[in-house]
Amino acid sequence: MAGVVRYHATTKKQTREKHIDESLVVRWTLISIAVLFITIMIILPLTVVMTEALKKGASVYFAAIAHEDAMSALRLTLITAFIAVPLNTVFGVLVAWAISKFKFRRKQLLLTLIDLPFAVSPVIAGLVFVLMFGAQSYLGPWLSEHDIKIIFAVPGIIIATLFITVPFVAREIIPLMQQQGITEEEAAVSLGAKGFQVFWRVTLPNIKWGLLYGIILCNARAMGEFGAVSVVSGHIRGRTNTLPLHVEILYNEYQFSAAFAIASLLMVLAIITLIVKAIVEWREEVQNIHL
Amino acid sequence: MSKRSIIPGFRLSIGISVFYLSILVLIPLSIIFIKSFELSLAQFWDTIINPRVLASYRISFVTAFCAAIINTVFGLIVAWVLVRYQFPGKKIIDALVDIPFALPTAVAGIALTALYAKNGWIGSLLEPLGIKVAYSPLGIIVALTFIGIPFVVRTVQPVIEDLEKEMEEAAVMLGAYRLRTFLRVVLPTLYPALLTGFTLAFARGIGEYGSVVFISGNMPLVTEISPLLIMTKLEQYDYAGATAIAAVMLIVSFLLLLLINLLQWSMNRRMTANS
Amino acid sequence: MYIRSIRQFLLLFSAVILMVGLLVACGQGNGNNSNELSSSNKVNSNGKEESKSKESNEQAKAKDAVKLLNVSYDPTRELYVEFNEAFAKHWKETANQEVTIEQSHGGSGKQGRAVIDGLEADVVTLALGYDIDAIVDAGLIEPDWQSQYELNSSPYTSTIVFLVRKGNPKNIIDWDDLIKEDVEVITPNPKTSGGARWNYLAAWGYALKQNNNDEEAAKQYVAELFKHVPVLDTGARGSTTTFVEREIGDVLLAWENEAYLSINELGPDKFDIVYPSLSILAEPPVAIVDKVVDKRGTREVAEAYLQFLYTDEGQKIAGKNYYRPTNQAIAEQFNDQFPKLELLQIDEDFGGWKAAQEKHFAEGGLFDQIYTPGS
Repeated sequence: MAGVVRYHATTKKQTREKHIDESLVVRWTLISIAVLFITIMIILPLTVVMTEALKKGASVYFAAIAHEDAMSALRLTLITAFIAVPLNTVFGVLVAWAISKFKFRRKQLLLTLIDLPFAVSPVIAGLVFVLMFGAQSYLGPWLSEHDIKIIFAVPGIIIATLFITVPFVAREIIPLMQQQGITEEEAAVSLGAKGFQVFWRVTLPNIKWGLLYGIILCNARAMGEFGAVSVVSGHIRGRTNTLPLHVEILYNEYQFSAAFAIASLLMVLAIITLIVKAIVEWREEVQNIHL
Repeated sequence: MSKRSIIPGFRLSIGISVFYLSILVLIPLSIIFIKSFELSLAQFWDTIINPRVLASYRISFVTAFCAAIINTVFGLIVAWVLVRYQFPGKKIIDALVDIPFALPTAVAGIALTALYAKNGWIGSLLEPLGIKVAYSPLGIIVALTFIGIPFVVRTVQPVIEDLEKEMEEAAVMLGAYRLRTFLRVVLPTLYPALLTGFTLAFARGIGEYGSVVFISGNMPLVTEISPLLIMTKLEQYDYAGATAIAAVMLIVSFLLLLLINLLQWSMNRRMTANS
Repeated sequence: MYIRSIRQFLLLFSAVILMVGLLVACGQGNGNNSNELSSSNKVNSNGKEESKSKESNEQAKAKDAVKLLNVSYDPTRELYVEFNEAFAKHWKETANQEVTIEQSHGGSGKQGRAVIDGLEADVVTLALGYDIDAIVDAGLIEPDWQSQYELNSSPYTSTIVFLVRKGNPKNIIDWDDLIKEDVEVITPNPKTSGGARWNYLAAWGYALKQNNNDEEAAKQYVAELFKHVPVLDTGARGSTTTFVEREIGDVLLAWENEAYLSINELGPDKFDIVYPSLSILAEPPVAIVDKVVDKRGTREVAEAYLQFLYTDEGQKIAGKNYYRPTNQAIAEQFNDQFPKLELLQIDEDFGGWKAAQEKHFAEGGLFDQIYTPGS
């Protein structure tokens, strides 16, 4: 099996033959379209965020970020992501394995169920958990008797985030694993690989990019989620405010610069993405040289 | 159910997956239906065919569809460019693609409104041309496009990354033009991923609330989206009415998603059969 | 080699998962902690053990520190930041107890709903009596809340004014001017914003009065008014931003205190306040959430907190934050700031909130009819 994998890894890095590439004109047209699209849709809004954030000077910017409420919001956001992302990653890998490597009926139903949290308005997502755990719900009296707080406390925020980010990893790697089929895995099994080994050694190397994107997206969404969390949080400053909610509070207090400063904090994520990708790419290159 | 596969782990993976989905998705969502049953059938019907509610469905679904189409086209180009070509600033573009997820939707809404309002950078350019983006349905499409960018790019990207160049090479050697190679050989392998990306962007767009309320203007019958109507009901302590609208949205999105998933599946099967 | 790196990758990954497992456990621990925090306020039940360590450091006589949660609506943020500080000082002096007051703000209806659904507020200070009545219906507040404090439990009042661009270029003086051809009016959506309901009712009351109580004519007026509204934001602060930052519209219908705040925060040289000939007396009410204070044992301090709003000091803070004090002596001091004008009253002119709500804002009510196609 190692041979197969190594073969893939090495071909990928070969420079491609001339005749297979698009002409220069086509190539640069495509690049221009892509860059223009990203510029208008993403870079410009980001520039707005940054200019607003720095409008009142760097001191206001850093004061906003270092503020005690902002720090507690950051802490809560990190805790939430730290729990939600790995749980949904494990789930994503498991469900993708089941869907792409086996045949069973009602598979589309399962797939659609995974997609559903995307289609559910975040507002509804929050509402659902209020209806489930709120004081007026069936569980409400029992929960309050035992002094267990879910809604308007940290557990509620985590559950809502979990719900919102369920599909990310799964949806990212399912098409990839489907496209790859099951031949390699079958070969591995017939060569004597057992259980988890098959996934570990054969499947994972092939899906690592997809998996990585999935995790990054899942994480980004977990940290940035606003709607659902807003419904279940209760908006208590310093206690149940996540970063996005803190942004809203500041904005509503006419502290526009501070609000955008906090928002820009979430953009740091993009930089982390960049670094992670760079590291993975670099390691792969180093290893290819050793081969 | 069909012939047993030699690959291990079916029971474990399907068992845990179904359990997890039930706890986290199925049971919570069923609450919506239970709650909406508090209405009599006539009340339920009146709620969901109210002209404003109907208009909001139309607005939500049409704008989400347009945004998803835009994202599919441009997302494919972006993903292709990011994988296949080298150009300065490529890594930055690559990293920026995830921003719409990381940025809280409310911030996105505010930033886009600032940009497209008549005194904004882009809005002031479009105003003389008579194009009004902020506070019009166009604004909703812009917001939903922004929200959905990562979906298509990030689902298509790994697949392109993994494309077997041998196949393309073979096609070219057989004398096919580049465009034909792309349309006949490359694009079909990308269909499942493209469709997935489209589905996700579309589904996400239907439910989006945070960014849209800032840029849409929320005018009844014109730019009022369904999630806003749900919020409106909630503000008046009308849980049952809110869940009724939500239930309809949920069913429609579920059917749409199911349809697309079926379509994708048959496409996938055809593809593997061909290869 | 390659495989080894993948293995490392996975190793790292499983390590992360392990950590998360631990974190989940901790997360539950955290949850418990926060429960403990809140239950530590129950001085009667289990205060003794927990407080020992704390107490040894402090004065022997000092009572346990206590936390209150005040669930309020959007425009009161600045008011309660200042007021909470004053009250904490006052409580320390009179009762020798540390009190910290946590604040939660949002749309009035949304906040009311949160309390009903289990947000443990000791006191609510909302925009409408209607929202507090909804909490009463859920059994959390005693039905006679409105008589618990003076003046219908409304320690401060406000009204609806016009905020126009500097110099009033469209010459907007009264409600009639809002439906002049080229005037654009900004107001939030009465369905989602408590403040906007006051806007709507003030307009309705004015039209009724102008047309000798002819409801048809009043209906036409408000319908015409809302045709001049290009953007319906969901909340009062959203509307202010649309008007101020996006520069849309010629006049903003706003709370008096919001109008002053926008001028101070966003540009004194950009806007003017116009007082129409007739407006409405907005009475944002306050109440103790009986179920919660009894459960947490915070009734005494919560009651003192609301009572403090009626003291000279509390009234002054309200006035400073552009709310009209109800105490005449204090109100005199702010005479320059708050011109006298004719004000409609919700109970006398509209038959109370329940009636107004049903007639105008409920499903299919008069406001909905404005936006029904064909009408």
